[in-house]
Amino acid sequence: MTDTSLPQNAPRGSNSILATDARTKKRNAAEKRFRALGMGAIGIGLFFLIVLFTTIIRSGAPAFTRTVVDVQFTLTQAQYDEAEGTLFKTAAYADLFIAQLGEILAEQDVAADFDAESIERTLGKVGGTLREFYRANEDQLDQPVNFSLATSSRVDGYLKGRVTLEGIEDSRFLMASDLDLVDELQAAGVIKSEFNWPFITGADSGVDNPGGAGIGASVVGSFFMMLVVLALALPIGVAASIYLEEFAVQNRFTDLIEVNISNLAAVPSIVFGILGLAVFIQFAGLPQSAPLVGGLVLTLMTLPTIIISTRAALKAVPPSIREAALGVGASKMQTVFHHVLPLAMPGILTGTIIGLAQALGETAPLLLIGMVGFVARGYPDGFLTGFTEANSAMPAQIYTWAARADAAFYDKAWGGIIILLIFLMFMNILAVILRRRFERRW
Amino acid sequence: MMKDNADERIGVDAMDIKFAAKDVQVYYADNHAIKDVSVDILDKTVTAFIGPSGCGKSTFLRSLNRMNDTIPICRVEGDIRLDGQDINAPEVDPVQLRAKVGMVFQKPNPFPKSIYDNVAYGPRIHGLARGKAELDEIVEKSLRRAAIWDEVKDRLDAAGTGLSGGQQQRLCIARAVATEPEVLLMDEPCSALDPIATAQVEELIDELRQSYSVIIVTHSMQQAARVSQKTAFFHLGNLVEYGDTTDIFTNPRDTRTESYITGRIG
Amino acid sequence: MPILWLFLIVLAIAAAGYVIGRSRAVASVGGDHRKMHSLASFYGSNVAIKVFVPAFLFTIAWLLVQPIVVNATVSDMIPEAAIADNSSRGLVMAEVRRIADGLDSAVAAGGMSADFARTPQTDLDDVTQRIKDAGGVVTSDITAPVLNAAQRYRAMNGTGNFIMSGLAILIALGGAWWGIRESHADFRARNTVETSIRALLIGAASIAILTTLGIVLSLIFNTIEFFRLYPAADFFFGTNWAPSFSGRGGSSDLGVLPLLWGTFYISIVALAVAVPIGLFAAIYLSEYASKRVRSVAKPLLEVLAGIPTIVYGLFALLTVGPLLLEIFGKDGLGWMQAGTAVMTAGLVMGIMLIPFVSSLSDDIINAVPQALRDGSYGLGATQSETIKQVVLPAALPGIVGAILLAASRAIGETMIVVLGAGAAARLSLNPFEAMTTVTAKIVSQLTGDADFASPEALVAFALGMTLFVITLALNVLALYIVRKYREQYE
Repeated sequence: MTDTSLPQNAPRGSNSILATDARTKKRNAAEKRFRALGMGAIGIGLFFLIVLFTTIIRSGAPAFTRTVVDVQFTLTQAQYDEAEGTLFKTAAYADLFIAQLGEILAEQDVAADFDAESIERTLGKVGGTLREFYRANEDQLDQPVNFSLATSSRVDGYLKGRVTLEGIEDSRFLMASDLDLVDELQAAGVIKSEFNWPFITGADSGVDNPGGAGIGASVVGSFFMMLVVLALALPIGVAASIYLEEFAVQNRFTDLIEVNISNLAAVPSIVFGILGLAVFIQFAGLPQSAPLVGGLVLTLMTLPTIIISTRAALKAVPPSIREAALGVGASKMQTVFHHVLPLAMPGILTGTIIGLAQALGETAPLLLIGMVGFVARGYPDGFLTGFTEANSAMPAQIYTWAARADAAFYDKAWGGIIILLIFLMFMNILAVILRRRFERRW
Repeated sequence: MMKDNADERIGVDAMDIKFAAKDVQVYYADNHAIKDVSVDILDKTVTAFIGPSGCGKSTFLRSLNRMNDTIPICRVEGDIRLDGQDINAPEVDPVQLRAKVGMVFQKPNPFPKSIYDNVAYGPRIHGLARGKAELDEIVEKSLRRAAIWDEVKDRLDAAGTGLSGGQQQRLCIARAVATEPEVLLMDEPCSALDPIATAQVEELIDELRQSYSVIIVTHSMQQAARVSQKTAFFHLGNLVEYGDTTDIFTNPRDTRTESYITGRIG
Repeated sequence: MPILWLFLIVLAIAAAGYVIGRSRAVASVGGDHRKMHSLASFYGSNVAIKVFVPAFLFTIAWLLVQPIVVNATVSDMIPEAAIADNSSRGLVMAEVRRIADGLDSAVAAGGMSADFARTPQTDLDDVTQRIKDAGGVVTSDITAPVLNAAQRYRAMNGTGNFIMSGLAILIALGGAWWGIRESHADFRARNTVETSIRALLIGAASIAILTTLGIVLSLIFNTIEFFRLYPAADFFFGTNWAPSFSGRGGSSDLGVLPLLWGTFYISIVALAVAVPIGLFAAIYLSEYASKRVRSVAKPLLEVLAGIPTIVYGLFALLTVGPLLLEIFGKDGLGWMQAGTAVMTAGLVMGIMLIPFVSSLSDDIINAVPQALRDGSYGLGATQSETIKQVVLPAALPGIVGAILLAASRAIGETMIVVLGAGAAARLSLNPFEAMTTVTAKIVSQLTGDADFASPEALVAFALGMTLFVITLALNVLALYIVRKYREQYE
């Protein structure tokens, strides 16, 4: 065969379609490889998803249990009077506790060696807890009372495997000998693990008390922010969409709005934080760290999402509905508010919930308006102050914990993420249900 | 010569039969689109499939080069043989089959590449050329056969999508003949074209008959009469009548064919 | 909370106006609703709108203008001599505002009487102490001109608020009078109300413009302020980032180049992870996957997009960082010093961007007409040949647009880099070194202790401006490309 030969004489392997020629075999192999690449990409994506979730669950689970020492303690009237009479009152209570704990351990034939310091390192300030209880409940004197005393976070970590005997250095927080005491308490059966309600309901603790930190107050902070977002973003977003979809004529002003909305949807969230700082705090003088300001910033961030989904929902209502209403003499405004809007409502709500879920997890702008870097110690006093009083929010609280030096806070951060993801999951499921339930085929 | 090929089937040598279809059924999910179609398509002949829209003529055409494989819900049953070989046999690679049975579509669909690359696409993937010179030769020859060479020879690097509708369709024909197929399937190739472009393509089809078996699906009975030697009339998924084009148009045997040709149904 | 009270009072006037307007209109036809032009409720709404809207707009306008006027007046009061050499008028004004706030809280806490806070004082230490007792913040010693200015500031604000409330209520009453007078059966109440609602709708739609305007203005003003204190050329072309920690200006190096380098480096790593995986996932989902696989895999992948960025940040800091350190650290290959690095942040950001790239590319690939695929199959091409040589080239502009959008996401991402990339600004090629980004530095400069009027804090706005301009340019370009692409196949 020469180069000048005509194409129809060019080689084509066998002329039968029943036999696969070598070239086709090669091409089919390439086909398989390409397909495998695609499957591999999906596989890698799903693999990351699984790794992410197992990491979250594995690392976050310890935050939901805490270790307590269950002891039955009796304080007589005489002991109470005597302890209240001394100079170091809580120390006196602690001594009484140590004595009784010693008895309990002796009953179980566990030989233990501990003093006030080791008790403080493992169980915190027991004396203060006891004194507070008996001063509030004097009627409980002279009878056995069951106390569940939370262990310190390091002891908690020891029992969960985070802290090991080899790994620790003696410090004012924990000595190696304390772990022997913990083992002995465990042998005596007074130490046990229970669900960590204070983590769900509590507020943040200081930097040196990871054990006492809870997510509850920041859930409330997030809740108030979401109220602001819902109250502002839903009506404004719906009104803007109605204008753009039903009334706006094609002109430069409308174009300007459209361009703005599509660009705002892609502006980095941190820029919204700068806006909030400069406009709401610096210029308008609203209080720092307040859920109101957070809510305002998140509203501006969420608006494009809500507008885009609301417009899609309005577009899905067929023109025949509008024509029918206009045909019986309704005004354009009545047509929209009486007919189009109610029909589009499920779609609008779905979009709103998804927008809210996005806003709930947003962190960066909250950093700039001061929702981190302080200890949000409590719940707001009332409904109105809930908006203006400094508080944290779930993602900001998680960031605060993650940024602290003490690794014991990492458990809390992962635990906080689990709570946050549970909220997000519920919101997304709600959106899916709404969509399924009210999905309409015209 | 036309008369020779269009002779009674009994007298035809078996080697002249390019496609032999027997009891072909095609289903789209639950929809039975083609029912019991049996037909023998001759080599070096233009065969026209006519019939009202939705009668299944395009569907049947697409089952001849297994294009229906690309539609997941589509299922083909029955026996279709190309040169006596079952095209639906498990060992047949549809890729090899389609290299032999080229296809031109209703709407011109040039790739968003240059004119040259459009034509060279088939030879490249099938490895038909050994070197640039050979490929140039194939491209020029194909464009000449598609009667478009003179219009595009100075701008082979221009985008294929920039041509006019008629030029695009001829480019697609050039693209199809470049792979040296043995059969050319044409699915309403002129329906998106103006009358002048249509005339050009029809002329081209008549020339292509020298080397290939051409099967053309068409809406236009005049077109079928102009270009084809054999005609098959489809109605509601059935092959109603098949025979010489002249016979079908002058002396239809079936009343449905007659109704369609005279414009009462369709 | 006087604004809240003002709001409630105006609301009450509006409610009363609604009732009066409605009944006046009904009474004008003797109760025969059919003789009225509009439904009765429209007459009431007409009055309520006329009460509320003007009063509300007036209050907003007043609240916007008042601080500007007060600031300008008070700022002029401060003599040139009262501004220290290393300070600026802006810094002094910040101090004035702080002292005014301090006086407020001292009065509220009972630390001083209202009169005491108003009258000029000579014993400045006493004032300082009283403010500190009430929890106010006083950073430097109070000087007489500053205290004077602070008192003037308080006085003007107080008077301003009083006048505003009075005028707002007057305007509300005027609106009520106007609306009630109109309430007669012949009045076209529905049209008036509908015109107002339409105006409200337009107002709501304009919020998007206002937001952009707010972003641009707050960035521009503070950036100009920053360039007054720090030379723009040093900012844009400086290769060293070393803010001084005093937070009071002075010897800071604030060059943006190391931050931009870190930002781009991390983004490139992220895109190197996300683009191939996302693109191949999209190809598989749109071209190969059966309907069932698609309906499972696509939403699962998109879960990755719904996870908040703080989660990815923590994942980078606590999981990926230590893992990489184990492999590339000193116990392994020895390339890595700490868990936070370009690689850590880039890898995690890449995971975050996978669904972003894949769902955008999926849409783009689906927009390629089936006719092109058929044409290729009809010539005997295999599926992968069709994809590689026909579908992808056809989809290329759209995919480039999608990648640009993903890049803009990566550049603007904050939490992952704050937690995963490290804090040191560096111009280095080693991806296992810690580097920092524009966004991370915006956070650290604005959440630190730096004084708000100092260049160390103001630089954050210049960084924000840089970030905004870059991402905006990318977005506009990407949206333009994608739109052109879609038009081509429509």
